[in-house]
Amino acid sequence: MTITSTAVKTCAVKKWLLSSTVAFTCLTAPAAVAGPIENYSPVTPARLENPEPGNWMLYRRTYDGQGYSPLNQINTTNVKNMVPAWTFATGVIEGHEAPPLVNNGVMFITTPMGQVIALNAKTGDQYWRYKRELPEDLFQLHPTNRGVGLWQDKLYLATTDDHLVALDAKTGKVLWDKKVQDYKKGQYLTLMPLIVDGKVMVGGSGGEFGVRGYVVAYDAEDGKELWRTFTIPGEGEPGHDTWSGDDWKSGGGSAWMTGTYDKDTKTVYWGVGNAAPWPGGMHPGDNLYTSSVIALDPATGKIKTHFQYHQNDSWDWDEVDAPMLVDLQRDGRSFKSLIHPGRDAIFWVLERTPERINYVNGWNFVHTDVWKGIEPETGRPIVDPEHKPTLGKRVDFCPSLWGGKDWPSAAYSQNTRFVYVPANENFCGGFTGEKVPLVPGQLWLGTKPEDIGLTVRPGADHFGELQAWDPATGKKVWAHNFPKSQLFGSVTATAGDLVLVGGTNDRMLRAFHAKTGELLWEQKTNSGIMGMPVAYEVDGTQYIAVQSGWGVDAQRIQDALAKGNIGLEDNVPQGGVVWVFAVKK
Amino acid sequence: MHDHPTRRSVVFGTLAACASVASAAADDDDPRKEKRPQKGDLLVFSEGEREGQTITPNDLKIGEPPIHAWPKDAANAIVRDGSRLNEVLVIRLDPRELDEDTLPRAADGIVAYSAICSHAGCPVTAWIKATEGNDDVFKCMCHNSEYDPRRGAQVVFGPAPRRLAALPLVIRDGALVIAAPFIGKVGGQQG
Repeated sequence: MTITSTAVKTCAVKKWLLSSTVAFTCLTAPAAVAGPIENYSPVTPARLENPEPGNWMLYRRTYDGQGYSPLNQINTTNVKNMVPAWTFATGVIEGHEAPPLVNNGVMFITTPMGQVIALNAKTGDQYWRYKRELPEDLFQLHPTNRGVGLWQDKLYLATTDDHLVALDAKTGKVLWDKKVQDYKKGQYLTLMPLIVDGKVMVGGSGGEFGVRGYVVAYDAEDGKELWRTFTIPGEGEPGHDTWSGDDWKSGGGSAWMTGTYDKDTKTVYWGVGNAAPWPGGMHPGDNLYTSSVIALDPATGKIKTHFQYHQNDSWDWDEVDAPMLVDLQRDGRSFKSLIHPGRDAIFWVLERTPERINYVNGWNFVHTDVWKGIEPETGRPIVDPEHKPTLGKRVDFCPSLWGGKDWPSAAYSQNTRFVYVPANENFCGGFTGEKVPLVPGQLWLGTKPEDIGLTVRPGADHFGELQAWDPATGKKVWAHNFPKSQLFGSVTATAGDLVLVGGTNDRMLRAFHAKTGELLWEQKTNSGIMGMPVAYEVDGTQYIAVQSGWGVDAQRIQDALAKGNIGLEDNVPQGGVVWVFAVKK
Repeated sequence: MHDHPTRRSVVFGTLAACASVASAAADDDDPRKEKRPQKGDLLVFSEGEREGQTITPNDLKIGEPPIHAWPKDAANAIVRDGSRLNEVLVIRLDPRELDEDTLPRAADGIVAYSAICSHAGCPVTAWIKATEGNDDVFKCMCHNSEYDPRRGAQVVFGPAPRRLAALPLVIRDGALVIAAPFIGKVGGQQG
């Protein structure tokens, strides 16, 4: 038994109690040191398909992407007594966007710059740390990482220098390292890999550099590439005729978030980014499969079907956050849905079948001046050309290019059957489209980067808005407004009827009543929170964990707001810390 | 505001800033192309119609945006474009505005700095009015860091942890010549 394990045992024999007595006991136990993890629980296909309530082993805990924990020991009654149990400084700056993953008492953290840290989920003691040595000439537009994939006794890290690295979960040692694409051409990876049936799937970032997006699968054992599916159809493939000329070769459609998975139909649903460059006039056509969800066969990579949220994107509204899989009751019938509160400001409710994705309903969940409506039969939004960016003309639109909801995930509660959306209201933006040549590895936005604006609607009384929606009826149940901050963090729901979210510039983590929206608890942390809170359990005690570490787009929005001199906080400190909370007894 | 000619030229400069410059005398994997700027190197345009041509003091005017450049080993006709870390911003400023650290590195008000942001390693592409103050400054559009070239390219806004590396210059026989290697670290932070 390692010294670390001994330390754990010393604390464990005491009745769990967050008091000075227990703190003293832990401090006088042998100091924890790095070491291999003993008795690690292999992450089997069965465990991923039906994870134990106390574990969080996938990006949104379950393959359906609901971001819901069945734990209820911490609930609306006792959350007011929730206090920090332990913290851990990562020593890294920039955006900490990964969920703390937990597998039977072992926590895995990833940080910007490609670090993975294995911790004892009960004590916060470190087992090991992996540090990616990044190339000195790498530049990172999005210096972040959203988590490691877990499979058997291995971990899989996707890196910003565009490699996929397999690690030994017990030691952090590198098992294999595969180059996915070329970082010098603007290709990079920030997502948590999705692993299904021994296939490690990742999707590439880099749409802003004019790459052609893709999803690729590797053999979990040896890293052999099994298939690669481009998100923009090539010549002779269905959908290719939605592009003009050679635009498809540099058309964007990056796939930089983790997909969701329907284990019954063996279908992966993957969100696809916007077309490149931004002004639609530079890529005429509908531009499949940009700003879409594609349904993939994980065995072959074949695209089974798709649904395009909006056509000929011109607003930088990529739709990479994969849809949630929810069984819905609506209009007297039950159906299997896909739910996606879009960056395009439309709350999408779709029906998934093995053969098709059907439009069911859609409505604006924040103010937008872009859409005149949605065609009821097809689900195709009707665009107002006055608010569609084009070449040679300044065009303004609402919401801003960060959309009604960016990549931070919404959550679905199986208790309340509501969807909780980290929305942003009252933001608009605009730019002038310019025809510019593509230089591989250089930003290719089709506008001046310095002219990309974030503006505020006249009379705006808030920006961030945590919303609760009933997806069956399309009615907003409640909302909590943030008058002085955007909301840029993923949401988690629990069976304790809690909705947990950070995302604000005041560095808070908050817990809301899932049914009423009442603010029940909040805690100021070291930095702003962008990643998602998780719930887990060790030795009969439930914990809430989250990484606090501001950066990337939350920081960009903050800079824009501060520059606009509208009285918002302009100094959100950086630096990552893992926070773990429990209820004081 | 949106048609400001200086800003427009900056954008075009951005997109072409790292375009590869052909060198007749060296093949692509010649290690000298990756070597950092050396004392005695010249500077050549890295973009535009004059790509590859030597930059002279007359090419730089006070009030104009920076020129993007590669160092060139003139003796061996090798343009050091093998690493993006060699990209340089060259600009002429009023010598009276330069601080005591910057003035000795300048050649008749012309100063040069690494074009690589010290934050996340993005290219520094814009020359625009500072977020705080009235002067134009270098700006990295990735994460909004700003640098003042009059004061050794120190950080005046944004998350960058340190100034841009400086490249001392002299004018010799009418040519702009690198007087010493980079002062300071080139590239973004890694952790």
